[in-house]
Amino acid sequence: MQQLQLVWVVLLGWLAAAPAQSPTRFFTRTGTIRFFSATPVEDIAATNQRVAAAVDVTTGQLAFTVPMQEFQFPKKLMQTHFNENYVESEKYPKALFAGQLVGFQAAALDQGGPQPAVAEGDLTIHGVKRHVRVPGTLEKQGNRLLVNAKFAVETADYNIEIPLLVRGHIAKTVDVTVALACDPLPQP
Amino acid sequence: MKRIFTLARLALGLAAVLVPGLARAQDLMQQLNKLSADSLRLSLVQATFKGTRVINGQSIETPGAGTLVFLISHRFGALNSGAYNFFGLDQATIRLGLEYGITDRLAVGVGRSSMEKTFDGFAKYRLLRQSTGAGAMPLSVTLLATTALTSLEFQPQSERTGVSRLTYTYQALLARKFSPSLSVQLMPTLVHRNYVDLRRDQNNVYAVGAAARQKLTKRFALTGEYYYLLPGATADNFRNSLALGFDIETGGHVFQLHVTNSPGMIEKFFIPQTTGNFFKGDIFFGFNISRAFQLGGRRP
Repeated sequence: MQQLQLVWVVLLGWLAAAPAQSPTRFFTRTGTIRFFSATPVEDIAATNQRVAAAVDVTTGQLAFTVPMQEFQFPKKLMQTHFNENYVESEKYPKALFAGQLVGFQAAALDQGGPQPAVAEGDLTIHGVKRHVRVPGTLEKQGNRLLVNAKFAVETADYNIEIPLLVRGHIAKTVDVTVALACDPLPQP
Repeated sequence: MKRIFTLARLALGLAAVLVPGLARAQDLMQQLNKLSADSLRLSLVQATFKGTRVINGQSIETPGAGTLVFLISHRFGALNSGAYNFFGLDQATIRLGLEYGITDRLAVGVGRSSMEKTFDGFAKYRLLRQSTGAGAMPLSVTLLATTALTSLEFQPQSERTGVSRLTYTYQALLARKFSPSLSVQLMPTLVHRNYVDLRRDQNNVYAVGAAARQKLTKRFALTGEYYYLLPGATADNFRNSLALGFDIETGGHVFQLHVTNSPGMIEKFFIPQTTGNFFKGDIFFGFNISRAFQLGGRRP
């Protein structure tokens, strides 16, 4: 009798426990990455709204992939040059980041508001992988997780050549803004 | 009883941690790759050619929405005209042109050639665009319709009417970018001339063109273009147009330098009216310079 009760308790507990868990994994397919290059001659800005990202707030794992061809420029020619001459999108179709949140506790999200966090990991652009530390914020809004970060990328670090002739037009350091609004990933 | 409860709570706790934990252990990156595979599907192949012209003829490219392209084209005289003519550099024919992208697919253009004082206008529509990903389109197809009007003064006793000044060209441009560096284009063509000099001349001239672009570096490419006249009176009396050149790209400019046996720079000249024999030195050196200006807006 007692054993049967135990089975019930465990079963009910198991059923209740899984959904009651607040989601730990979040993802999006439509995250936004913007970059901005400012020089006295010309400002260049592009937006990519097809960033796929996944975040696990418990383990602190964080990853995103960026389809390079999806960067939209105000000028078509800029977009063509970006893909053809600079990042070589056909050869390197995606930029990747795979990293870990350092010193971040999932519990902090319950306080509300943006919580500072630092992601550390490998950023791969143009086929070049580099270890980077990126400061940003995480915020729980309803059941969504907002991830924001801003950092600078040195084009030379990723073997992106800028020919002499246009060096006045393209900044050596490009500011990158990441904005991800992630939904909870359905637990399988 | 108490012990059983402790056990139950322990089991409960374990279940709560382990069951979602199992899923968590699955590699995050793997899951992401699955997700992003969708976002990569169907992206358009860009820059099959650097400019809107391969050499003499049009490429499948259009300027893109809101972009105005100013095109200056020059052909010097024949190389075999000798030192007296400074190997052709003493003479030049020129075409000035403007092209504008109404949408990313549709473009219109106008031009003026010094040869036979000809005005021309065209409309160009990118019907199909090559793409990559699931269900990709294997090639690009652009349709081109051009009209050319010669403004040469007629002889005083000429019976020619205004309509006889017009020539139309229709082309289907089919291209595929096989790799980032190699692009190939085929151009079935019809040139309709409202007026021809002799009864035996063809009003409708059919031709098939082939062109290729091989990039040597990111900004430097070799190009070639050939138009084959289908058998007929025109093919018997005129030569097929051949052009070889290279493209240099710098920022908003594309420089194209080339040698060709056709001094004309619009379809009505270089397809049915080429007389030069390339291999006997009837070679015209020339260049196209294009400059793009962004006028209108694009989607962000």
